[in-house]
Amino acid sequence: MKIVYEVNGLSCDIDGRKILRDVSFTVGEGEYLSVIGPNGAGKTTLIKCMGRIMRGGTGTIKILGRPLAEYSSRELAKRVSYVPQADGRLFPFTVSEFVLMGRYPYLSPFTAVGPGDRKAAEKALETVGMGEFSHRPLNTLSGGERQKVFIAAALVQEAGIMLLDEPTTFLDPRHSGDIMGILYRLNRGSGATIVSVTHDINNAALYGHRVIALREGSVAYDGSPGGIMDSEVLSRVFGKEFLFTEHPQTGKRIVVPEAI
Amino acid sequence: MTTRRKYAVIVFLCLLAIFVLLAAPFVGMKITPLSAIYDPVGSGKEAEIFWMIRVPRVCISFLAGAALAISGMAFQALFMNALATPFTLGVASGASLGAALYIRFGLPAVLLGLSGIAVSAFVGAILSVLLVYGLSRLRGGFSTATMLLAGVAVSFFFSSINLFTQYLSDFTQTFRIIRWLMGGLEVVGYGTVLNLLPFAAVGSLIVLYLTHELNLLTTGEEMAASRGVDVLFVRRILFFGTSLMVGGVVAVCGPIGFVGLMSPHICRLIIGADHRVLTPATLLFGGIFLTVCDTFARTVIAPAEIPVGVISALLGGPFFLWLLVRRSEGTVL
Repeated sequence: MKIVYEVNGLSCDIDGRKILRDVSFTVGEGEYLSVIGPNGAGKTTLIKCMGRIMRGGTGTIKILGRPLAEYSSRELAKRVSYVPQADGRLFPFTVSEFVLMGRYPYLSPFTAVGPGDRKAAEKALETVGMGEFSHRPLNTLSGGERQKVFIAAALVQEAGIMLLDEPTTFLDPRHSGDIMGILYRLNRGSGATIVSVTHDINNAALYGHRVIALREGSVAYDGSPGGIMDSEVLSRVFGKEFLFTEHPQTGKRIVVPEAI
Repeated sequence: MTTRRKYAVIVFLCLLAIFVLLAAPFVGMKITPLSAIYDPVGSGKEAEIFWMIRVPRVCISFLAGAALAISGMAFQALFMNALATPFTLGVASGASLGAALYIRFGLPAVLLGLSGIAVSAFVGAILSVLLVYGLSRLRGGFSTATMLLAGVAVSFFFSSINLFTQYLSDFTQTFRIIRWLMGGLEVVGYGTVLNLLPFAAVGSLIVLYLTHELNLLTTGEEMAASRGVDVLFVRRILFFGTSLMVGGVVAVCGPIGFVGLMSPHICRLIIGADHRVLTPATLLFGGIFLTVCDTFARTVIAPAEIPVGVISALLGGPFFLWLLVRRSEGTVL
């Protein structure tokens, strides 16, 4: 498998606090990597460093064999797209205006958005099932619809790698299921490489090829989704005991909440 | 609003701007007859008033209005804050301090062939810009939050020195300082117009060049960065480009309020938030608005004048309140 991401000895401090300590791993082309871990473990910082949303930190990150620092902002945006954590901020744009902004790396100043760009935006909205919403203002959408639009906006960048920060947090089961379905199809169907931070251990294991667990800024687990469903591993990561059961369709182990 | 209608609005604003620019010089205490401009020698005084006073004044008010409006728009996008104005970063207070010190110490009226008070105000504006930039750099990076805080701190600092200067001045000086602070567009001849033009042109071109980036900055810095915008570079060039432009305007016209706050908001209501159309619309609207305000300012109680800053703020104040009340929860800009 071709290596698309190579993270080597990444450490990162924010205001004197160590967020990431010596994190190393690789991501292969077409891989779906889930990153889990307790609050404050450094998941968001990791994904921001990977997408150079946040600068600073020591260690090296290489994308397709080339150091991250050598990429210009536009070049990077053609390789890697990023879907941020939903923060409830609303923008004064319509869905299609917002999605079209994702074409930025392909535009030069003063050039109008062309028919090719419009087509790409339409296609991206179709992919996430939001084709009929293109003229709606963003601030009239529900949280789930909004998240789909954000994924479409990342898709129009036509980057092979997609980084997502908690794409399903705050969503109802239906929208959450929709989002996971979209990501699954993008990955297994279109061959996109996906790195997704999540709090949902079951989603991480059910959809990912591989799971990385962070604890206090270090990699506590890096391996198969099956291997994470182990009470010793999970209690080491989260500092809490877990109950397991079998998935009724696949027979894979999943965690269930305890009854009180 | 469809794309076609947005372009129609821009064309309409263009036509309106041309109309205002052509008509405003004729309006004054006395309406200048058309014959006066064709026959400058025959009609003497009227032609002179028209060509040497009213035309340059209309040019200045259009340039200043356009420059302030477009800077306000850029700052609102840059700080993702609907209440940002061209003066948010302390440019106006720096310029005002420069002007106040100039008046207090009675420096020479003409420096290097330029109006002394304008030079002094411009130096004050540049100092405040550099101070804000330096302070923002101190605390690592160049974040908008630090910039805003530094801007507000510098504003207050310079304003207090300005008040102290006024306190130490005599009645005449204090009156002149206060009169300067109200803003005014009294110019004679074309020297000032030509001095202001490069600032306004360069600043406007920078903003017009960065319309895609402004759109993306409105959605947040992280989002902009992930879409391929070099956020630090864009922020720096916008900061310096617009600050210089505002510094130039304030040096010539004084701190004219509200054009820079209102115009972008009105245009956003009419044409939407897409900066590719919003920028030209705001530029034109700002120019038109200030020219019209100034025409009122110099005719309403002619032969005396109301300071244009008072007129634009009188119109701007109620609008500002309306904006605060109307602003829907959670919406940025």
